[in-house]
Parts: sequence; structure tokens; C-alpha cells
Amino acid sequence: MGNILSLKNIVKIYPNGVMANKEVSVDIEENTIHAIVGENGAGKSTLMKIIFGEEAPQEGEIYYKGKKVNIKNSLDAIKMGIGMVHQQLMLAPDLTVAENLILGIEPLRYGVFLDLKKITKLTEESSKKFGFKIPLNKKTRDLSIGIRQRVEILKVLMRNAELIILDEPTSVLTPQETEVLFKSLKDLKHHGKTIIFISHKLKEVKLIADKVTVMRDGKVISTNDVNQLDEHMIAHMMVGRKINFKRIPGAKKVGDPLFTVKNLSYLNEENIYVLKNINFEVKAGEILGVAGVDGNGQTELVEILTGLREATSGQIFIREEDVSRFSPREIREEKVAHIPEDRMKNGVAEHTTIEENIIVDRYYQDHFSNKNLFLDWKYISKSSEELIKKFKILTPSSKAAILSLSGGNIQKVVVARELSSNPRIIIAAQPTRGIDVGSEELIHNLLKDARDNGIAIFLVSADLDEVLKLSTRIIVIYNGEIVARFDDVNDITQRDLGPYMLGVKKKGE
Amino acid sequence: MEKFILKYFNLIRVAIAILIGIIISVCIIYIISKEPGISLKSLFLGPLLSKSRFGNFIETASPIIFCGLAIAIPFQAGQFNIGAEGALFIGAVVGTAFGVSTSMPAFLHIPLVLLVAGLTGAFWGFIPGFLKAKWNTSELVISLMLNYVAYFIGLYLINFHFRDKAAGYLVSYKLPETAWLVQFIPGTRIHVGVIISLGFAVLVYYFLYHTTLGYEIRTSGFNINFARFGGINVFKVIIIAQVIGGFIAAIGGMTEVMGVHRRFNWQLSPGYGWDGVVVAIIGRNNPLLIILSSLFLAYLRVGGRILNLLSDIPSEMITVIQSIIILLITAEAFLANWKYKITVREAKAKEVGNEPST
Repeated sequence: MGNILSLKNIVKIYPNGVMANKEVSVDIEENTIHAIVGENGAGKSTLMKIIFGEEAPQEGEIYYKGKKVNIKNSLDAIKMGIGMVHQQLMLAPDLTVAENLILGIEPLRYGVFLDLKKITKLTEESSKKFGFKIPLNKKTRDLSIGIRQRVEILKVLMRNAELIILDEPTSVLTPQETEVLFKSLKDLKHHGKTIIFISHKLKEVKLIADKVTVMRDGKVISTNDVNQLDEHMIAHMMVGRKINFKRIPGAKKVGDPLFTVKNLSYLNEENIYVLKNINFEVKAGEILGVAGVDGNGQTELVEILTGLREATSGQIFIREEDVSRFSPREIREEKVAHIPEDRMKNGVAEHTTIEENIIVDRYYQDHFSNKNLFLDWKYISKSSEELIKKFKILTPSSKAAILSLSGGNIQKVVVARELSSNPRIIIAAQPTRGIDVGSEELIHNLLKDARDNGIAIFLVSADLDEVLKLSTRIIVIYNGEIVARFDDVNDITQRDLGPYMLGVKKKGE
Repeated sequence: MEKFILKYFNLIRVAIAILIGIIISVCIIYIISKEPGISLKSLFLGPLLSKSRFGNFIETASPIIFCGLAIAIPFQAGQFNIGAEGALFIGAVVGTAFGVSTSMPAFLHIPLVLLVAGLTGAFWGFIPGFLKAKWNTSELVISLMLNYVAYFIGLYLINFHFRDKAAGYLVSYKLPETAWLVQFIPGTRIHVGVIISLGFAVLVYYFLYHTTLGYEIRTSGFNINFARFGGINVFKVIIIAQVIGGFIAAIGGMTEVMGVHRRFNWQLSPGYGWDGVVVAIIGRNNPLLIILSSLFLAYLRVGGRILNLLSDIPSEMITVIQSIIILLITAEAFLANWKYKITVREAKAKEVGNEPST
């Protein structure tokens, strides 16, 4: 069967200079389910926006059904038969399902009035045809997310889409809802549709896709039949770093528990339990690694531990002190350092200088300012320059803007600040995500030294190699729960962790 | 060269915007004026041609500087409070009311009147600030609406409680001489308030860039997530930035009353608060640049008035010129394509240097 869509050498550079797609070429075969996987920031979403006409590439060609096309906007794409279901659903909450479905293609009477009968008929027919059971007359706002998503898919189908793009459709669904979705997707395939399915949940990819394209760092690593690969091979291609797999020497002196979490749960705005009854402790002088596929509650957990988010229930202790309700400043005063998972969102203010970024947790302390009133820029520059030297940050001066640094050097600024705050607990989330091997090595060594100095380290990483390399003990998180604990990591390999991370296996507590 | 353009892109953009604005206005003047030479001279050189005009120019800049600072502080905190006009108006009303109702020696009276006005303005900034911090209401909408509240409350107070019935028009009682700001250059109305405005600009600059609170304000404005992550109390910052803004705007209004008119004589809102938004944007919220942009705007304003008096062109022309310049400066997309192309070239050059990374 032929290709419905071919992308050739797509290059996309955003106005901020980030090259999101580097010469990407992909062929999508007609009547298949084609998964595109990759870590956050690998360029998947950008590529999809290009296909759907929401972003224009600088270079490259798009062929649809064998013809070269120029997709200027999403209306063009819809006319051609391309439909997209975004991660954030785009429905009018106050309209009924039927009204949402016919939005923009309303059947009219006398060219002015809505033809209500025809609307009912049309929407009923389509939902029957594709086997979607949806309450057509209910307001969208009263429906669950799973059903809303089905409305979106049906909406796309009613515009005669041949090629349907689903951007991380399962990220908002419960496992049961996911099952229903997958059944629908298989039905759609039988109806002759082609589906592009974006995900980073590999189990789902194995389950549903025919072909899989792995993207990393803006490039396509490979496109294969799904049954030629197993989850580990895909994961390896996704993360892609050279496996420089040598575990660091084990912890020498593990002390008393410094950091204890008891029965922590978190219910998010959508009333989904993102964290369920989390319990663990981190001892002085050890690294507790959290393994897990991204999006299983790690982000929320770290935010709660650092005071940026409030837990629904449960307690956090530093030694004997309950710090559950502490503000970020109070947590930091307890000598907790935090390397955030998204350095550009939380770790830095990119338009300010290195030194202004380094002092964010200490500007009010002695030496940096005079009685928390006047900043002492001379001292700040001096201490920043020292950190730049010590942490090997490549920059002409401490007054250079963060924006002018590479990702690895920005991360070094973050790490330099956090490790120089004289912490006794370090919470490190994805400490080496998306940075070069050299910086990664440096940060790993720094964490090891911190451990050997008796600091308790809580490490969250989606990079299994990193977790295995650094951790003294490992817990595995899946769907907001700790599903496995490994106190002895010496004989543990990726293969042992995989089934737990993917929710296939669960260990009794 | 391209690196240079990227680095100073914003300055270059402002300069080009001003230049285009001037070119367009010259064209318009040539089209509609019968004596374009005289008109151009009045507009572009007018404010320099006599002592009193020059005085007008300087005196007009003063409240604009105050309002520019008043807008810049919340803007630097990422808070789009545009309530300087209301704070200036209500501050001047309450300050005037206090000034005409009390008597004491000048060394007490002047600072006290200014303080009362300032605190009123500060309260005016506190309202949208608190609502934003507590319930995440839009400070833009609230501060905009409060401008009307300030205007009508102010008129009510002046016209019904502090109106000087002896004067032939709607004005307040005259301030006692102990609350006057001296006009110190004969032949002009340049008053001590001008110096106070410059002093405030320097103070605000020092405040924003050399104090811990200023650092908190700027950091919250650049990236509020980062500020919260670092332990900054952003709740406090959101409120304080707007309180200080209101305080400064009100001082600006009060010095104008104390230095120029010596009584409250605004029946229409004077518009300095809006000028403040304009100069803050042109000056990129930098207090020292705001002095320059305020002088620029005041120059255009006075030139416009002279143009109106001496030529056949209405002063509305000036509004057109200003609008064009401001439009070009604030339109993010203006010249953005040019910058984008340079960025793309730089990114590609970098990429070539980095390959292969797999």
C-alpha cells in the first residue's frame, strides 16, 4: 500500500532560535496506525503542527497522496483530509455535543437558520457509522474527558478526515478509557483511516501501532515495524545516549533517615489521583532513585516536596519536623536544594544574567545584601565568578544573559546554585535531561561527591541508565503509585525495572 | 554585524520606529499645510525657540516622568497595572483637600501634602494588586475601571466640598503658600517638582537594580515560576509593585498642582497616566530611559501646541505622529521577520558546528 503522507527534510526553527526539527523525513503508509515516540522536546509536536498547518517549516517538502502540497493553515489541512485531536481538547463547553460536532459545517435552512433536524440526523448517522456512543444532546462541559475526546475524534471524522493525528491522546485518560479509545482506533483503521499516534508510553505503542518512528533531539532516529522492536529497544533509541554504563561506587556511610514522606496523595484539578499513598525515606549519604516513565506523577511529587504545590493528604518530614505546609522559602531554609525538571520554566529567568540567577535563593542573606535591603553586586559577582570557575560554566562573564548559554551550561548554572547552597537534602529532577555528555558526567560526579559528604539525595529521572548508575536504592513509580522497591541495586538491570515502569508487573509492598 | 543587530535589536527598532513616524508626519504636513516650512519649524524646533516655550517643555515632562516610573515598576513585576491616571487624579484631589484644610510651616506642609497624596495613590494601587494576588483578577481591568472611579470621586470632592466659589470656574481653593513648590527659573514655570521627578527617576533606578525588593520585583516579572521556585514571596511582590506605582503617580499629580496651578483645576483627567504607559513602553521600563522618553514625548506635545497656535495644522496631528510611533514600537511583529531571519541564519551556522551529535 502507498504512502498517504511523506515528509522530506523538514527543518523548523522557532523565532527564539531553537531548531525543533532537523531534516526530518517520515513516510506514513496508508491505512496504518503510525506511532511517533520521543522524549519531551524531541520535536514530535512541532512536526505534527507542521502537518496540520499550524507551523510553517523553513525547509522541506510535504507530499500528500503523492502530490506535493503547501499547507498554509489548518483549514487547508482539513480540506485535504487531515484532522488533528490536540492534547488540550478544543471544544466549546457550553454547546451540546451535536452543536460542537457541526461547528463550522452547519447545515442551514434558507441560508440563515440552523437546520436542527438535519443536525440531529447528521450527527446520529456519523456516531452510528463509527460506533461512537456519545450523548449528543448533553452539554460538553458535563462530560468526562474520555468522552470529550471521542467527541473531538468524531468531529474530525465528520470533516471527512483520512489522516487523523492524535497528540498524546492517552495522557489524560484512565486505563479503562484508554482501552475504549484503542478499540475505536482499531475500528477506524478498518474504516480505511490512517492514524498518527503520538506518545511516550511504549506499552501503548506496542499495543496499538503498526509502525513506529523514534525521534530524538529534533531528528528521526528510525522508522520500523512495531513487531521488529521490543519496548527496551524503542526506549533505548528514544533516550539514545551512549550507554556509558558504569555504576558509581556504592555509598560508604549511609546515615539516619533525613527526609521522610508518609501517605502522600495528590488529587489534581480534574479529580484524578496523580499520586496515591506515597511512602519513602531518604537517608543521609544515599541516593534514592525514582524510576518511571515521564508523566506518572513525578512532576507533582517533586513540586509537593519542594513546597511549590500542596499535597491533598499526607506528611513530609525533615528529620522529626513536619514540613508539609512549608513555603518554598521555608523549605529552602531547611537546607533543601532543588534541581527542577524543567530548567527553563523553573530553574532560570532566561532574560536575566547568570549572577541574577545564581542569587535567587540567597540574595537576602548576609554578604549578598546589606540587611536584606541593598544588594552588594561586587560580592555577588565575585561569588558568581567563583561558581562559574568551579562548575566549569562556559561563559565570558557572570553578567552574560542566560539566554546566551547552551542547554548544558544553563543546567550547570542551576546545579551550581543548588549545590553551593550548602544543602543537606538535594531533590534532583531530570538533572541531565537534554544536555551534552560532558556536562552530564560532571553533574553525576557532583551528585556522587554530595552523597559521599552525607547529603540525602532524591533523584527523579526518566533516564533509566542514570537511575541505575547513581542510585543506592531505587523505587519505581507507575500511575502515581510506587509499584516496586529495590534496596539492593547491584544485580538490577533495565530489564528488571521495565515491566514495573510500564505497569505490567507490580510488587507487593 | 548580525550579532550586533541581535544584541541591540530593541534600540534599533525604537530608532527606526521614531524615524518612520517622523517621516510620515513630515509627509502629512507637506500634504495638508499651505506653509509646510513654518509648520515643520514650529513642530520640530518650536519648543527651543523661546525661554517660555522651553520652560513649557521641561514642565510638561515632569508629571510624565512620574507616571512613566509609576507604570514601569508594576510592569517590571509583570503586572499590567495601568492605573497611574486614576492614582494621580485621586492623589492630587486628596492631597489638595489636605493642603487647603491645614496650615503649618512650609518645611512640614510640603512633605505632608505630598505624603497624603502619595498614600492615597498607594491605596489606589493596592486594590488591583491585592485582588490579583488573592483571587487572580485581572489587574489590567481593575486598574482601568478604577481610573473612572478616581475621576468621578475626585470631581465630586472638589466640586462639592473644596470648590473655590470666588473663582469664576470649577477649581478648588488655592493652596496656602506654605504648600507651593517654588518656580525657580524666572520667565518659566519650571518648578521644584521637576527636580523631584528627576530625583525619583534616579531613586527608582537604584531601587529596581540595587535593592533586594527591586530584585524580587524584576525576577518575578521575568519569570514568576522561577521567582516562586527560588523562594520569593510573589504574593507580596505583586501587591507592593502596584502600591509603589500608585504612590509615585500620585506624587506626580500633586507636584503638578503644587508647582504649576497652585490649586486643583482639572475638570478633565489630564492624561499623564496614559502618557506614562507610553513612555514606560518606549523606555523599556528603565527609569533612566524613561527620563529620555518623557522628554521626547513632552517635546512632541509642546511642539504640537505651538504648531496649533502658529500654523494651519491642528494639534491632533501630533496625536497621529505619536500613535504611529507607539504603534510601531509596541507592535512586536514590527521588524520581527527581519530578526527572525537573522536568528535562523545564526541557528543554522551553530548547527553546522555541532554536527554530528548522535
